[in-house]
Order: sequence, then C-alpha cells, then structure tokens
Amino acid sequence: MEWLRADQWSPYVVGAGIGILSWLSFLLSDKPLACSTTFARTSGMIERLFRGKKAQDRPYYKKFPPVIDWQWMLVLGVIIGAFISAKLSGQFQLSWVPSHWQAAVGSTPFVRWIAALIGGIIMGFGARWAGGCTSGHGISGTLQLAISSWLAALSFFIAGILTAMLIFRVLLT
Amino acid sequence: MLKKIHCHSSFQLCLGLLTGVVFGFLLHKGGATRYDVIVGQLLLTDFTVVKIMLSAVVTGMIGVHALKSVGLARLHVKSGSFGSSVIGGLIFGVGFGVLGYCPGTVAGAVGQGSLDALFGGFVGILIGSWLFAAMYPKLREILNKGYFGEITLPELLGVNAWAVIAPLSAAIITLLFWMEKSGL
Repeated sequence: MEWLRADQWSPYVVGAGIGILSWLSFLLSDKPLACSTTFARTSGMIERLFRGKKAQDRPYYKKFPPVIDWQWMLVLGVIIGAFISAKLSGQFQLSWVPSHWQAAVGSTPFVRWIAALIGGIIMGFGARWAGGCTSGHGISGTLQLAISSWLAALSFFIAGILTAMLIFRVLLT
Repeated sequence: MLKKIHCHSSFQLCLGLLTGVVFGFLLHKGGATRYDVIVGQLLLTDFTVVKIMLSAVVTGMIGVHALKSVGLARLHVKSGSFGSSVIGGLIFGVGFGVLGYCPGTVAGAVGQGSLDALFGGFVGILIGSWLFAAMYPKLREILNKGYFGEITLPELLGVNAWAVIAPLSAAIITLLFWMEKSGL
C-alpha cells in the first residue's frame, strides 16, 4: 500500500480517477461532481442563524434551499479525503502563506489572508453568477459537452491567467 | 437507471460523503490542492491542473455517455447564457487568480492544513455566494442576456454525441501527448 503514501501521483492517474468517480456519481447518485452550490446553501444556513426563517425568503434560497444535501456531504468529504492523503504522505502542515506567495509578496500572514478573502469573495460571487465552478462546469459540465460549461470553463481560465499574470508578472516585478 | 438507490436519501448523503473523500484524496494526490500548483498553471509554468482536468474530461465523457447509451445514466446539462456563463466565468477567473484555489480545491486545501484556504478562501467564497444571493433579484436581467438554455455541443451541431466525443477525445489525447513531449 506504499502508493497511498506517495507524495504525488501522475496527473493522468488522478484525472482518470476523477473521470471514473464521475461515472459512479452519475450511476449511483444521478448527480455530477460539483462544489460551489454548497457554498450558497451554507451561506443561507449562516444567514438563517442570524435572521431566522426570513433568510429563506430570498428568491435565490428558494431556488437553492439552505439544506444539507448530497453535494454538501461531498464538499465535507473533500476536506476529509485531502486530510487523509496529506496525513498518509506526511504532508499535513498548518501554514498561512504558500511558498510561491511568500517568494513574490512576503511571509506576512495578514496580507495573504486579506488577498485570499478578497479573491474568495470575487470567486464565490462569480461561481454563482456563472452557475458553477471548476468542478461543476470545468469537469462535469465539459464532459457532458454542455455549451454553458465550455464557455464558463474557458472564461475561468482566460480571466484567471490574465489576473495571475497581472499580479505576478506586472504588479510585483 | 438505479432509481431505488437514487431516492434513498440517507444512503445518498453517505454516498456523497464517500464520493467527496475519494475526490479530495485524488485532488490532493494530484497536487491540485496546492496554491503553488494552481497559480503555476495560471502563470503557465506548471500544467498539472490542465493535465488532471483534461484526462478527467476524456475519461468521464466516454464513460458517462456510455452509461447514458445503455440507459443507466442521464445528463444534467446546466442551462446557460452569455450573460451568465461568460460574465460569471470571467468574474470567477479574477477570483481564481487572486485566491489561487477554486471552491473544490479550497476544501482540499483546508484538509491539508492551509489556513489561508480556511480563513481566507473558504470564508470569502461563503461571503461572495451570500452577496450573490442577496443581489440575485437585481441581476436576473443580465443573467438572462443571450440565453441559450440547456444545450450540448452535439445538439447544437445536430449530430450524434459520439460524433463529437470521438474527435474531441482524440484531440485532447493528442494535446496531452504533445504537452508531455514538449516538456510542459
């Protein structure tokens, strides 16, 4: 079982594995692999903590009720699965600043935290605007040959590449 | 289709969790939960993310359509519009470049102990999703601009799905071989 402890697997093995996992999710659960709707549902659950049942009156939460469903459990599972993999390969480590960020920007956790928070807000907003993320559109939607998903996935990467280039090749040089 | 299993809701919650555990395990083993790998992809210096995604798409596309052909699966095509898919996609991309994780890999990054993913990315995506939910009634008009619905590429072209799957798979596999050969 040494392979379970390996630091990294070939991207092709991982990709094929995710592809096969999508067969199983269509077959056994009648659902595509996806993640970002869960964040919308969870934001509704949190709003409900503060505002009570009124929160559920928002038209968006009528469409995506703030409840725990298959995909919500999947996102929870992703945290657990990555934790297991990281523990098995001895890579689990609490850290604030990724090494590429540290080399380009610096090692102050606060700066990285603010950037990640702002990036996350923009991403969460955009994911709901586009109706999916890198898994729901980028993998599950493109493999179904959905026009919406190919357009969204291309847009993710075009804007992602331009933004990363602007930050690391223009602003920080 | 396995309708009996699909309707068993508590079993489905367990299955969702199990699917997620495997998904998270694979994402971490592929390196896709690491900020450095994702930003390397966006800076076009590390092609791990594209290799994972394209091989997942080829494998998944063939298998899911085969299951559909024998009546064991149905597609769940998301409806779209230029206003939603393109504009939303571009907004997402800006966040992708700044955050360096996506909604799935940010969860994986939390599992590997990345605190910027937990307190920054994860919390940020929750706030962004809530903002969208709050603004949704005002955004409906732009979201429907250029609406085209739940259409697939074979439907658009008016051909059998396999007439798209075969050449597309060949093209993706050729691209992957070319990427390996040129050392990407």
